[in-house]
Amino acid sequence: MTDFKLNGREVSLSIPEDTPLLWALRDELRMTGTKFGCGIAQCGACTVMIDGVASRACVTPVAAVAGSEVTTIEGLEGREAAAVREAWVAIDVPQCGYCQSGQVVAATALLRETPKPSDEDIDFAMEGNACRCASYVRIRQAIHDAAAKLEG
Amino acid sequence: MTKIAPNRREMLAGAAGLVIGLALPGAARAQSGAAAVIRGEADAVFAPNAFIRVAPDNTVTVLIKHIEFGQGPMTGLATLVAEEMDASWDQMRAEHAPSDPQIYANLAFGIQGTGGSTAIANAYLQMRRAGAAARAMLVAAAAARWGVPAGEIAVAEGILSHPSGKSASFGELAEAAAGQAAPEAPRLKEPSEFRLIGTDRPRLDSRAKSTGTAKFTIDVYREGMLTVAVAHPPKFGAVVASVDETAALAVAGVERVARIGAGVAVYGRNTWAALQGRDALEIDWDESAAETRSTDELARIFAEAARRPATPVEGGGDVDAAFAAAATTHEAEFEFPYLAHAPLEPLDAVIEHRGDSAELWMGSQLQTVDHQVVAGALGLDPAQVRINTMLAGGSFGRRAQPTSHLAAEIGEIARAAGPGAYKLLWTREDDITGGHYRPLTVHRLRGALNAEGRISAWENTIANQSIVAGSPFEMLMQDGVDATSVEGARDMPYAWPAHRVSWARMEAGVPVLWWRSVGHTHTAYATEVFLDELLAKGGQDAVEGRLRLIRGDRPRDRAVLERVAEISGWQGPGRGDRALGVALHKSFGTHVAMIAEVSEADGMPKVHKVWAAVDCGVAVNPNIIRAQVEGGVGYGLSAALHNELTLEEGGRVAQTNFDTYPLLRIPEMPVVEVSIIASAEAPSGIGEPGVPPLAPAVGNAWRVLTGAAKRRLPFAAPERDLGRA
Ligand code: FES
Ligand code: FES
Repeated sequence: MTDFKLNGREVSLSIPEDTPLLWALRDELRMTGTKFGCGIAQCGACTVMIDGVASRACVTPVAAVAGSEVTTIEGLEGREAAAVREAWVAIDVPQCGYCQSGQVVAATALLRETPKPSDEDIDFAMEGNACRCASYVRIRQAIHDAAAKLEG
Repeated sequence: MTKIAPNRREMLAGAAGLVIGLALPGAARAQSGAAAVIRGEADAVFAPNAFIRVAPDNTVTVLIKHIEFGQGPMTGLATLVAEEMDASWDQMRAEHAPSDPQIYANLAFGIQGTGGSTAIANAYLQMRRAGAAARAMLVAAAAARWGVPAGEIAVAEGILSHPSGKSASFGELAEAAAGQAAPEAPRLKEPSEFRLIGTDRPRLDSRAKSTGTAKFTIDVYREGMLTVAVAHPPKFGAVVASVDETAALAVAGVERVARIGAGVAVYGRNTWAALQGRDALEIDWDESAAETRSTDELARIFAEAARRPATPVEGGGDVDAAFAAAATTHEAEFEFPYLAHAPLEPLDAVIEHRGDSAELWMGSQLQTVDHQVVAGALGLDPAQVRINTMLAGGSFGRRAQPTSHLAAEIGEIARAAGPGAYKLLWTREDDITGGHYRPLTVHRLRGALNAEGRISAWENTIANQSIVAGSPFEMLMQDGVDATSVEGARDMPYAWPAHRVSWARMEAGVPVLWWRSVGHTHTAYATEVFLDELLAKGGQDAVEGRLRLIRGDRPRDRAVLERVAEISGWQGPGRGDRALGVALHKSFGTHVAMIAEVSEADGMPKVHKVWAAVDCGVAVNPNIIRAQVEGGVGYGLSAALHNELTLEEGGRVAQTNFDTYPLLRIPEMPVVEVSIIASAEAPSGIGEPGVPPLAPAVGNAWRVLTGAAKRRLPFAAPERDLGRA
């Protein structure tokens, strides 16, 4: 039995403890915004926040989040998240869209830490989030746009 | 353009498009704003033979016959409809059309399917006619209701109005419009009347894709569904000899193990169970028919073939005489690896097998073929099978399978286990090692220069496997040549005094497939890098020299080259400690020229900026065109720098996941500046044409920086001598 907080609500799962959080979220809890891309922490499609830190759900055993707070794209709230989402939509960042939940979570985490990121900050924070459609030009722009809006 | 008589079936489809649903759960739950991708039960409410439906809630939904995997057809086709309807963009919605090989055929293919960057091109008139018909019926309905002549009614932003002050929305008139006769030949707008086409339209799917609500195949969960992982052969052509499933069945949550054509299927109550069960299988593979040669060996064989006379593709002038008379000759061999498409959503499919019918959810790119294959696997009539085309997390050609191998796999999974719901999920390892690659290719080029340093002869021999031979697309073979093997190496924009292009068809056990821009992926690099070398040897500037060579009948190539030189401020290739490289390439009817600004870092090119000039005819949505070129640059650069699939001695694929097949990351992404040529020509493709010129532009800058052309891609792979036979 693993208990944790998901998007602000208590959940309790009785599944094998080595089940990756990714599959617990998707198969058991139907939080399908978090995606599977590689399973080995190489693409970032599965990025969620665990106690506020952007983490790869595909390599995190569900037992490791017992007592923690997990936030997925569906539960992402706050002014940084809102600014990121709006910036994403405003310049049409997504192409196929499959990586974008992870990108939005990672960008939100970045702006919470670094409200006015430089290009180098963005490179460092976002390097783990692959976009096969290479929407990177717009990801970079949208993060700058969101930062500007937050500074407002 | 307006004079082409619409054929009757299209008109019927356009007319039936104005179908009014009275119970509208689907439309009613439409999200607010323009960011809606609606799918689901709505299909059951509305007539399927339609492109447009107008709901009483004033939404206009366009049924999109092409799959959306990022290239923007949902937005693009909806734009065409909205333009002719004079709809407001905010009321537009889009959803994938059901599988129907007639009504929803790609007019370029004759069946339902997406590919070859054809979505906008083939649907341009069709969608506009459908929109114009809908508009005419709405106007007729308003005229009847208000008792005024139709000619006095104006339509703008989804509102019909009359000078008397009467006005009504599309939604208010929807039901009445359904009773109107479809016009025989609705008038289409002249380009000067366009108010949406040619302007930046926000994508219809951006919000859903930025909030995690967009639904992909992997997100489909059905009642009682089992997830299935398949153990595929470790080598191409190997088959199961025997399997011990005891340990797999002992994994908690594993329900069943079945041998299918593709390998051994493990059915789990959830994904983790299926994956663990698969790991626990003990399989003996029969490798007697497997491809066991390494890619080193294959490349040597291909290079030998490229040195011998091969099947003629194109030619003119006296090549041998020109070489005999040449002041200088130059030759080079270029090697291109197998490449995986690696869409970020791995291949997947969901089926619900109900005994006498079946429903499939899949990012199908060739619905008509997949439909027949699933029906065949289950012994059902195609009419008993329904395909829901899902958003797909990328494809780049991977989901367009002439063999329908994925549809066959899910069909067999359902047949083996009987009625129930099943989700087939490929892992990244299945994807990277699973074949259907961009073909390994060797080009051998020879060039002759006369005493003035001008090119007097050009010879190119290409050796690779055929993509279409033996597939249902065999008709693409012409005179013994697979057009997809040589496209871009023939019909080049340059006037050669003498030239000869040939193709050597290679055989190998590695399945090959079209990969974003197909043959152009290698022909653009080999031809444009070799041309740059010849121009340099002749003392000519890379831009000036190309302009001098461009054929008189290729003004659009000239225009993009001039434009890219202008926006990049080209004054020769040097730029401090960086260099500029240029490339020009036409594919899928679209002309693209690129200039890349490159420096050297740790023995690899670092690309700082790319300028692109693009002529794709009428630019339906410049916003999406720019995005596709940006994406093409990134996709092309990933391959140029990093990507190759190699077969080890014995035939195993050496790379397995993104740790060994690394994708381009954000720090490597250059700034991209796109300039679109204004054009009234019919629209051509944009999903692929941004890819081909990128690698040669980088390669040409690299030669300027280092003095040596890179002959083998990717840049990360060391140069090698493929030996002499
Ligand atoms: S699926 Fe977790 S990083 Fe790729
Ligand atoms: S938008 Fe397709 S992978 Fe990022």
